[in-house]
Amino acid sequence: MMNNILVFPMLLPILAGIILIFFRTHRRIQIVVSLGTMIAVAVISIYILNTIQTDGILRLDFGGWAPPFGILFVADSFSMILVVTTSIVTFICLLYAVIAAGKQMNTLYFHPAVLFLNAGVIGSFMTGDMFNLFVCFEVMLLSSYVLLTLGGSKRQLREAIKYVTINIVSSWFFLVALAYLYGSVGTLNMAHIAMRVAENGQGPLLTTVSIVFLIVFSLKAGLLLYFWLPGSYSTPPAVTSALFGALLTKVGIYALFRVFSLIFPHHPELTLSLIGVMAAITLIGGSFGAVASNDIRKIAAYNVVIAVGFILVGLAISTPLAIEGSIYYLIHDMVVKALLFLVIGAIISLTGTTKIEEMSGLMKNYPLLGWSFFIAMLSLAGVPPFSGFIGKVLVSEGAIQNGNLVLLALALLSSLFVLYSLLRIFRNCFWGETIISKDEQLPLHKGILVPCLILVLLTAGIGLGGEGLAVYVTDAANTLLNPEIYIDAVFSQQQ
Amino acid sequence: MKINDVILKTVAKAVVLVILTFGLYLFFSGHHTPGGGFIGGLVLASGFVLLFLSYDVETVSEGIPISFKKMSALGVLISMTSALVPVFFGQPFLSQSFGYFDLPIFGKTELATVTIFEAGIALTVVGVVVNIILSISEGTK
Repeated sequence: MMNNILVFPMLLPILAGIILIFFRTHRRIQIVVSLGTMIAVAVISIYILNTIQTDGILRLDFGGWAPPFGILFVADSFSMILVVTTSIVTFICLLYAVIAAGKQMNTLYFHPAVLFLNAGVIGSFMTGDMFNLFVCFEVMLLSSYVLLTLGGSKRQLREAIKYVTINIVSSWFFLVALAYLYGSVGTLNMAHIAMRVAENGQGPLLTTVSIVFLIVFSLKAGLLLYFWLPGSYSTPPAVTSALFGALLTKVGIYALFRVFSLIFPHHPELTLSLIGVMAAITLIGGSFGAVASNDIRKIAAYNVVIAVGFILVGLAISTPLAIEGSIYYLIHDMVVKALLFLVIGAIISLTGTTKIEEMSGLMKNYPLLGWSFFIAMLSLAGVPPFSGFIGKVLVSEGAIQNGNLVLLALALLSSLFVLYSLLRIFRNCFWGETIISKDEQLPLHKGILVPCLILVLLTAGIGLGGEGLAVYVTDAANTLLNPEIYIDAVFSQQQ
Repeated sequence: MKINDVILKTVAKAVVLVILTFGLYLFFSGHHTPGGGFIGGLVLASGFVLLFLSYDVETVSEGIPISFKKMSALGVLISMTSALVPVFFGQPFLSQSFGYFDLPIFGKTELATVTIFEAGIALTVVGVVVNIILSISEGTK
């Protein structure tokens, strides 16, 4: 049976990106094609996600080469949930770019780069082959290099050098780990690797390989090894930061979940404890960074770090509840981080500064923007009607069940730090005496608020309608915790 | 003072021809023996780079008025389209097929759709490599 539809979420952005290269100077074509593509990807991936609920995990063997010989795409609920969220968030960010950014941005390969970035992200989520995962990572990283340096201000280039270097080093580690893995189990198909590791037992050598993978993906996800993140996420234009904050670290997190639930789940006392310790340190470090900084972009970037720590607390606990919580939190975080970075981008473009002490009383000038920020803050802190709440509750419940009280305490404390760091922005920038008078205030382009408000509605919607997502999230967590479902789906003959 | 590079230019003219031929040979031999679009493309690109080195960018660009950026995009487009075609015939994405044909001069020849896919890859590689070299050379001015 053919599931050719599986390739389209990755193929459509690539094709659209290529076509847009030929029409670089046509702003209208760029906008229409890229927005249209993301809508199509969203629709297709929602359709696939629903098909999985009835037909089980889907797979597509490229060129008809049966696994483990060929490369394949595997769609389970976990990956498709992320693909759906990715396409929706990208659509909204592109909308912001179209409205807010100037003509230069829209004609300088920005749209093709975003589309290629999406192809890499979506490919990483869907591939069932370790080497293909590496390739998709590279597609994503190359586009992110372009996006990071686009505009070419001095600050951007300085951070880009750090970012490129760190990613080349980690890609090299990835390759080394792949070589070791291939040398020990003789296959690159993820399900086949998982099978062989289970058959032969996860010996010391394989556990070492798993630690190398842990380092690689931690570098990409910003787990413990996040020192590069605040700098490079806070320099590019708002849209790019929003895309990076929403999507890039999530790919690393996805890879950690996939690798440590499917391939190396056999020594949780070592691997998962290590992830737990790293998540704990990430939470602490991120919290300090967020509280200590006076630059609103830096504060937002440190909030990305805290979220990474929180999501991986779920993996470290690895009970069904905690994994479900992590998945909810992943969806929530992609939406709200985009919102946070877009609102902050709007604030910076209106005030021309990034320092919180140089702003005051913006609430009077731009009330809607202020309330958008307020909701983003509540949602990130995990206040009930919004989307952060479900994830936090489930992860905490999982931690209590597991008796992992240290992680529980740190996860909850980090929420307070998130709230405090963002309240500082809210108090300093939005409250207080209005220093910009009505006459000299820059007009806020009405359209800029549209993408922000869509995201606000989304975060409220996910919070209130979490029940509707429950089917998908439960299935995703179930597949993650029972890797044999995934393996059986890859090796079943009737597909 | 202008460097006397008559020898370089003369040799380059001959060598480029050899390199390009060898690149094409590698490209076509890739079907059953070592070679293929990527390697062929790299060799072809090295021929272009040698031209750029021995002459200057302006002269070569005048002689070969192609946008290498668009060339690499075209390459990906060809590869992706050829990979997409089997989908419309009920085959999995990226499926390839081949057949034997009696051609006038070559006699019985194997023609495979994978050649189209590989041609796309070769174009992409040439476009990207030359583009990188050209970008670096721009930076020194």
